Amino acid sequence: MKLCWFHLMPYTDLPDDFKDSHNSVWVDIDSRLFKPEKAHHMYNDFMDELEFAAESGFDGVCVNEHHQNGYGLMPSPNLIAATLARRTQDAAIIVMGNSLALYNPPLRVAEEFAMLDCISGGRLVAGFPVGTPMDTCYAYGMNPSQLRERYYEAHDLILKAWAEPEPFAWNGRYNKLRHVNPWPRPVQSPHPPIWIPGGGSVETWQWCAEQDYVYAYLSYFGYKAGAATMNGFWREMKNLGKDPNPFRAGFLQFVGVAENRDKALDLYREPAEYFYNRCLHVDARYANPPGYTSEATMRAKVKSQVLQAARRATDQSMITAPTFEEIVDKGYVIIGSPDEVAEQLREVAVDLNIGHLMLLLQFGNMGKELAIHNTALFAKQVAPQINGLFENEWPDEWWPQAMASSTRAEPRPVFQTTLQ
Amino acid sequence: MNEPSTRIVKVNGSGCRIWENGDGEPLVLLSGFGGYPNWTPFLGHLASKRRLIVPSLPGYPGADGHRLLDNQLDWVSATLDLLEAAEINNTDLIGLGPGAALAAEVAAMVHTHVRRLVLIGPMGLFDEGDPLGDIWALRDSEVPAMFSSQPEKFAEALSCPDNEDEVEWRILQTRAREAAARMLWPIGDTGLAKRLHRITAPTLLLWGDADRVVPPAYANRFADLITGPCETKTIDGSGHRVDFDAAEQTAKAILSFLH
Repeated sequence: MKLCWFHLMPYTDLPDDFKDSHNSVWVDIDSRLFKPEKAHHMYNDFMDELEFAAESGFDGVCVNEHHQNGYGLMPSPNLIAATLARRTQDAAIIVMGNSLALYNPPLRVAEEFAMLDCISGGRLVAGFPVGTPMDTCYAYGMNPSQLRERYYEAHDLILKAWAEPEPFAWNGRYNKLRHVNPWPRPVQSPHPPIWIPGGGSVETWQWCAEQDYVYAYLSYFGYKAGAATMNGFWREMKNLGKDPNPFRAGFLQFVGVAENRDKALDLYREPAEYFYNRCLHVDARYANPPGYTSEATMRAKVKSQVLQAARRATDQSMITAPTFEEIVDKGYVIIGSPDEVAEQLREVAVDLNIGHLMLLLQFGNMGKELAIHNTALFAKQVAPQINGLFENEWPDEWWPQAMASSTRAEPRPVFQTTLQ
Repeated sequence: MNEPSTRIVKVNGSGCRIWENGDGEPLVLLSGFGGYPNWTPFLGHLASKRRLIVPSLPGYPGADGHRLLDNQLDWVSATLDLLEAAEINNTDLIGLGPGAALAAEVAAMVHTHVRRLVLIGPMGLFDEGDPLGDIWALRDSEVPAMFSSQPEKFAEALSCPDNEDEVEWRILQTRAREAAARMLWPIGDTGLAKRLHRITAPTLLLWGDADRVVPPAYANRFADLITGPCETKTIDGSGHRVDFDAAEQTAKAILSFLH
């Protein structure tokens, strides 16, 4: 099983009364709360944490894209990925990813991902999300009725741009280009592995199956809530005649490791409550633009009583304020001693059949010291207990094929020479 | 209230419903937000005096094909197809909200189609200093008060009738919102301001004075840009959906303009 260290890059200094005195963490978040000098330290801490995770032996490091969002400070994950490509050695650089329809022309994604693949020597995973309504439709003004059409066209254009040896013309519905010929091109042939971060729509599952892409379910609500979605995904794979190779799937899980469960309860309470109460304080007004959800998915969802109940609960804000006890009970965050965490994660991976586990070991307002502590404990004492899972039974056909390390460039060490 | 006759015409290969009801000189109406899932008292008042023709724009109740339309030219072209199928020819034309934005386009483009024009709370312009209501960022509970000055009654009218399937009813309404969004997202400016000067037909600008979607002050912007004779009338105490809030009074104001 691949263990991937995921950073959302949350702003760690939202005020205590954020949920009561501010409308939303996303789209119309109060710009006066943003202190650039503090963000300077946050970004640098976060990049230290990602680099530390890569050095500690995590298989990959993950970054993602959000806009006008207080819990996701990466409008451009590619900028962070570029620094990671230089300052990490072997870890996969997993960009989860670029919201294709927001790039004009989407060829920009083909170019920047090719740059990242070249700089990292073929360590890139190319994530192609549609993007959330908040990011795409509200922050970036993308038409919700056209978003998916633009997304699929962008995907086809990028794939052709990577594959086609000759310059070609593209007469798409939304993109008109006379000379498509991206330069540079990716190291990995024919292109970096493609992973699709998605919600629970049947169309996305079918599309992943058709294209043979990894489906990554990036929910903040853990393995208990995620089981229904992942079971639906595997049922659909079976219907479509796909093997149950766990490496077809990715799944996000928050984790807090400590010497024992009591210590974990103590250490991770504040950052978890910060995340679920402040970071997920998203105004439901920005959740459901008309046309974003297909009619087929609407039919499936409206009929599900669970989701009807969820919709009633979300009329005000997307979730209600949970306490840490509820957060742990519901499985949003897995906590405990290294052995307890390993046991739970093994169960999650086996039950949900997940080959690419994406771990949030920094969350909420967790500082660098605790994030490093969590990461180090995980790397030393949890990872060895679970990282062999599935590896002998199934091939991971969706993992980057990097250049041999002996043939890769060695970036100049930082701060180790002085000019005479 | 007499039931309208229904026929289906093809626009870009997709079916669009055309209702007809009443006798007399033809009068064509393009619906606003949500379209008309059912015949309404407002339509009844108009049909009591004129032969009322109500074509459904793509994606609105009774019509499909909005996802084939990618830009304003596509929308205008589809509207022309639809109106020509409804046999518009030097005919009086009414539009509400998004339908009014398209009625204005038609009047600007094809002078021979439109004799007199009635624009009710028309979309199509956007002023940063006096923005339109943020209709795409509403909680479910906020929708009725955005569109109507009688939110409880309006919410009742939006709710699923006993003889309809609840899921399909919700999808019908979402589809109509998507059709409007497809043309108007994100801020509702369709570039109409550049073409309003081409309108030479006598025009009535009709507004609910409590319109929260298109501020009543927009009537002045339309009146300034339209070349033909223009008069403005407001309906007191009505929201954006004047056809719902003051059905009879609105119909009377229209019929009196088109006397």
